[in-house]
Amino acid sequence: MSWLTNFVLPKIRAVVTKKEVPENLWQKCPNCGQMLFRRDLEANLNVCANCGNHLRMDAEQRMALLFDEGRSTAIELPKAIADPLKFRDLKRYSDRLKEAQARVGGRDAMVVAHGTIGGLPAVLACFDFAFMGGSMGIAVGEALLAAARLAVLQEAALVVVPASGGARMQEGILSLMQMPRTTLAVEMVKEAGLPYIVLLTDPTTGGVSASFAMLGDITLAEPGAVIGFAGARVIEETIREKLPEGFQRAEYLLEHGMVDAVVPRKELKETLARIIRLLMSPAPATGLVLAAAGKGRAAAGGKTAP
Amino acid sequence: MRHFLEFEKPLAELEGKIEELRHLADGGDLNIADEVSRLETKVDRLLRQTYAKLSPWQKVQLARHPDRPHGGDYIAGLITEFTPLAGDRGFAEDRAIVGGLGRFRGRAVVVLAHEKGADTEARVRHNFGMAKPEGYRKAIRLMHLAARFGLPVVSFVDTAGAYPGIEAEERGQAEAIARAIEACLQLDVPLIATVIGEGGSGGAIAMAAGNSVLMLENAIYSVISPEGCASILWRSSGNAQDAAEALKLTAQDLLKLGVIDRIIAEPLGGAHRDKDAAVTATGDAIEAALKPLLALDGPALRKQRREKFLAMGTKGL
Ligand SMILES: [Zn+2]
Repeated sequence: MSWLTNFVLPKIRAVVTKKEVPENLWQKCPNCGQMLFRRDLEANLNVCANCGNHLRMDAEQRMALLFDEGRSTAIELPKAIADPLKFRDLKRYSDRLKEAQARVGGRDAMVVAHGTIGGLPAVLACFDFAFMGGSMGIAVGEALLAAARLAVLQEAALVVVPASGGARMQEGILSLMQMPRTTLAVEMVKEAGLPYIVLLTDPTTGGVSASFAMLGDITLAEPGAVIGFAGARVIEETIREKLPEGFQRAEYLLEHGMVDAVVPRKELKETLARIIRLLMSPAPATGLVLAAAGKGRAAAGGKTAP
Repeated sequence: MRHFLEFEKPLAELEGKIEELRHLADGGDLNIADEVSRLETKVDRLLRQTYAKLSPWQKVQLARHPDRPHGGDYIAGLITEFTPLAGDRGFAEDRAIVGGLGRFRGRAVVVLAHEKGADTEARVRHNFGMAKPEGYRKAIRLMHLAARFGLPVVSFVDTAGAYPGIEAEERGQAEAIARAIEACLQLDVPLIATVIGEGGSGGAIAMAAGNSVLMLENAIYSVISPEGCASILWRSSGNAQDAAEALKLTAQDLLKLGVIDRIIAEPLGGAHRDKDAAVTATGDAIEAALKPLLALDGPALRKQRREKFLAMGTKGL
């Protein structure tokens, strides 16, 4: 690992940024309006106990949920050029960026960590929706490329968890160019024969959905997540019609053949671990397992597929 | 009927006057001929002045000019033996993207072109150049065909964006665009993309992740329309001009950012004032871009494309 730490990914550091205790003890479920005691909500993986609504999780919570024993090591991500267009709307983009970064210790909208899932090596790249709507600019593209390179080096599965409204407009065309760039990241992982798994969470839209997020070997989605290309408002304005119930929700995508499964958060870890094991560890664990399974592939002492 | 943009109006008036005088001069009146030539000089000077310093917003309008040459004009002007090929084999034919086989300066190629349509009927037929998933899936199918027979792919990009509609979402607009980008990047034949008018976001990059990306002088290429950007960031679509400035969507800015490889000069006054000249200049630029790529094999082409896109975003303006 040392050449990796020194050369490719400088300064790997453990990410145990303890979150401050939020001031609000109660949180209202945006779906049913129920007031939820925050500690109960967190214990229930941010799922409303009343209606089952899956509230957003931040990147750190996501890492804790998905990695074995909740343990992982975050990597330091390459520094991307800040504000390449000197963009200014009602406010300078460089100021917006600084404010957003100050709240999260200087990073951008993606966190990348490695560890094991189901006992097998995995790299997880999570979006932080709270960081400018999880929008994808150069920093996110660089982060995903770093995640892909790390997965290839560690012969690990790459799991990406989008939560993003799409491209970061303030980086103009360079944010659009992250669509081919992140597609190249996916290509690296696939060419190395490693699994690329996407877990679509709320929301996954725009340039993020129209690039790496829809290129998974396996595509899972969380219940109720909004997933689509065009925003609902833009569609309504274009066609001047009310949108159907459940439009662009995870279940709607499942119905239309766009995702492999909608997985409740409680089952996510186990499902993900199982899929990674099935893809990366296809040989039977022991002869006993084969016998128990009855008719496995011709067991007669032969070699099994690698 | 010719269309004139707001900033073209003074030109339109002068040109109207010239027309009138010409009409009168049929009798061979020398004084009128003098007046005509004086006005023509004035038009020429006005054109040069106006077009020497177009604002980004003026370029947005030019890029969308209804008389601007569209995909079909480039195919008609540059591709011989054009043989349109339809359908995605899964759902439908999408006329927002025209595709097929043909010869570009003698060499067989696969052509892909957004088509906005030149009149109302054609605009409706081509859905204003806004493709649905089946359009991108047809493009993918034709790219695979090109790869199978070793034919270069020549694409012409001109779209306000992918179509935002219920059916498009239902059939996986996002997935279709993602796969089209992937198909571009994996091609082991040359892909030359030219932004001829509007390079609208995901709908554009789906056909533009090429070995060489060219752009007409007054075309635009952006992550979002200035109107869309303004309504989100300025909370008013009235700030579209500000957004057009801020987005850096002109060919000149994109060249500096390393996103495009070459700017194709347009005839004075814009491509719509001399379509044939614009189309020919585009053909020359495509030929020049294609030539060095023809010497590369499949893996080298993929590598060149990969490195080109990975290098983007390292420098700002
Ligand atoms: Zn609830």
